[in-house]
Amino acid sequence: MFKSARRSLLKGAVAAVVMGVGLAGAATPSSAETVLKAVPHSGLKILDPIWTTAYITRNHGYMIYDTLFALDESGNIQPQMVDTYSTSEDGLTVTMTLREGMTWHDGAPVTAEDCVASIKRWGSKDAMGQKMMSFVDTLEATDGKTITFKLNSPTGLVTLALAKPSSNVPFMMPARIAATPASEQVSEFIGSGPFVFNKDEWEPGSKVVYEKFDEYVPRDEPPSSLAGGKVVKVDRVEWLPIRDQQQAVNALKAGEIDYIEAIPHDLLPLIEGDDNIHLANFNPAGNQFTFRFNVLHPPFDNAKMRQALLYAFNQEDFLQAQIGNPDFYEECKALFGCGMPFETTAHMEGLLETNFDKARELVKESGYDGTPIVLMHSTDLAVLTNLAPVAKELMESIGLNVDMQSMDWQTLVARRAKKDKPEDGGWHAFITSWTAGDLFNPVAMAFLNSSCDQALFGWPCDEKIEGLRDAFARATTKEEQLKIVEEVQGAWREYPTHIHLGQWYASAAMRKNVNGVLPTGAAVFWNISKD
Amino acid sequence: MASYLLRRILATIPVMLLVAIFIFLLLRLTPGDPAAIIAGDYANDAQIAEIREKLGLDEPLFTQFFYWLGNIFQGDFGESFFYKKQVGELIASRIEPTLSLSLMTIVLTVMIAVPLGTLAAYRQGSWTDRIIMGFSVLGFSLPVFVIGYALIWLFSLELGWLPVQGYQRISDGVGGWFIRLLLPSLALAVVFVAFIARMTRTSVLEVLGEDYIRTARAKGQTERKVLMRHALRNAAVPIVTVIGLSFAILIGGVVVTESVFTLPGLGLLTVEAVLARDYPTIQAVILLFSLVYVVINLLIDLSYTVLDPRIRY
Repeated sequence: MFKSARRSLLKGAVAAVVMGVGLAGAATPSSAETVLKAVPHSGLKILDPIWTTAYITRNHGYMIYDTLFALDESGNIQPQMVDTYSTSEDGLTVTMTLREGMTWHDGAPVTAEDCVASIKRWGSKDAMGQKMMSFVDTLEATDGKTITFKLNSPTGLVTLALAKPSSNVPFMMPARIAATPASEQVSEFIGSGPFVFNKDEWEPGSKVVYEKFDEYVPRDEPPSSLAGGKVVKVDRVEWLPIRDQQQAVNALKAGEIDYIEAIPHDLLPLIEGDDNIHLANFNPAGNQFTFRFNVLHPPFDNAKMRQALLYAFNQEDFLQAQIGNPDFYEECKALFGCGMPFETTAHMEGLLETNFDKARELVKESGYDGTPIVLMHSTDLAVLTNLAPVAKELMESIGLNVDMQSMDWQTLVARRAKKDKPEDGGWHAFITSWTAGDLFNPVAMAFLNSSCDQALFGWPCDEKIEGLRDAFARATTKEEQLKIVEEVQGAWREYPTHIHLGQWYASAAMRKNVNGVLPTGAAVFWNISKD
Repeated sequence: MASYLLRRILATIPVMLLVAIFIFLLLRLTPGDPAAIIAGDYANDAQIAEIREKLGLDEPLFTQFFYWLGNIFQGDFGESFFYKKQVGELIASRIEPTLSLSLMTIVLTVMIAVPLGTLAAYRQGSWTDRIIMGFSVLGFSLPVFVIGYALIWLFSLELGWLPVQGYQRISDGVGGWFIRLLLPSLALAVVFVAFIARMTRTSVLEVLGEDYIRTARAKGQTERKVLMRHALRNAAVPIVTVIGLSFAILIGGVVVTESVFTLPGLGLLTVEAVLARDYPTIQAVILLFSLVYVVINLLIDLSYTVLDPRIRY
């Protein structure tokens, strides 16, 4: 009898599991839907792309919002939400007309008034936006579809800033949402972009769901970087962050996920030879490692000391130590990135070639007294870990006394904001990485901002560089802008604000049936199909 | 009994208060600035200061502490700096995976460890005993993540039987929930099986030497009955204590397992909150873990009265 009871129990348990499996199937989206499961570079926590500059929030922005302008693959400005635009002969009036047929995710039509409110909110927060707004006398919706800028001085910055590809991107929102002060986060997440954010299914930090916006009307032009038609080819995109990168690769190999935004270079051998997986580079312009000075304290308050490092460093050492595989890095002397619209090597001769003699000469001229240089070393972000020790080695080779202090990235983030003396908890230098889209011109490049207290941590202070940045903002033609960029590089050579340590590339990894990744610089999901 | 219960419940108040003070001060003394993290890489000093003010982090430490404590007494754990959600809500959404993982682990552990430990005691000195104790040493020595990776390699990548990672809520199907929890529970159970099997063996061995066991055998009871009814039952108090404490350890200690298997539970939330210096979330989670410890200890003490009628409070 007991045996029989046990058997029944066992049968019941098996039946329950089988039924459960059936139920599990019922809970997933309908089988007719195409669902793309992607592992983003981090969990999405903050949803307002104007409130934070975090890249994951920027990428979220590209999912649900749209922009007035965008840069194409050649770095040219192209209209996106805008249909036509013109500048008056005196250069003081810029008029933009919106495309027909655009609606917000709640069904309301996109109006010029919405866009004006969005530009104002973004312009009060973003550095490039603030610069642009300094040229604006009035910004108005002259009718339902027309935005009019009245400028106090001619500038080429209006369309360039509105096409800004990276944080903070000027995303358009409905006026009632854009009315939220930029110091507060928006609480409604309605855009006019190609995907709709499914707030009910959002599990902060662990799952984000986007659904195709059926009413979205893509432009007719073929996609080109962030410009052109944003055609969505899947019904649903799920962002499922996996903290353990090894596990992300395992999940990709097992077919549980379709796409990993950025696969670490040291894990690439795990998928080499796997016919079910292929790689794609959505950011051909890549990223740039950057050594940042704090100019407030000796010895880096002396430009000669900073110049000494321009001669002591070489990019290959850093790139080899951190990336290792030459397929994924390149030396690039252009301050504003290789393959970017303002690439030039003007004034770069002799720099970043490890000329120790010249570097020592400059150190001597600077009167360096052996003050320990506090170099902050981030240990928990794999992509930065190996860089500071290389810098230390090269700096010690020219007789500098380096105090490399290891810490987690968030401690570094808090400490770099401190202006205290290095011996009192401040700092002299650290290394970070930027995506090329953040560095593409003198106004966008935050580390070049040399407006003293208004500048980013490191607080460089140089009138010449600021004058040139201002001139760049006033330039109205590409030729004029390029000429100024060359002058900026000359000024930077005299007054180094930071040092670029080389360009590197990350690859997205995906299942073989996933195709159509665009070279946009940010992980976007339009044009991607899953067969 | 009722007065004992009341005394124990009252005793939790100073314990929780001390935990609250400790965790509050510890977090404020840890380097890192949530405002700078939230603001992102491009933010200037003014933007960071503005966020700091919004979060109330510019207030003196005492003001912040008493404000936080006052709110807790009203059941308000505050709003997460990052998720912009009430911390209570955030924790509620993360409890299910952690509780599921802990429960399944403890069930697996008990199902495996107690019979193994009893068998090892019964066959003391035999090869069976040595193998079980050898396994126990191995279980203690291997880190959970190593066991996890090994299990994933075998069952997910090579055999393709079980998913690599992820969690499915029980409301979305029991089968999917069970299958996704199996590997993490197994990985986590190994160390607890090793621990509890050893504990069970020791307790049962002690009891097997007692006079009443000899009496039971003399009365002609079968060995199975002697073991199950007399030995194991009398050895239960220390075993239940260890199982109870293991459960408490599991609830607060599943961080690595949740990270490896991407289970969106309290462990993963804790890691994310610590890395982001999300003070309200960390404080609430640690308080919760402490409360779980206190409650489980109380339940263990109360269970003694059931297991051993001689114990009365």
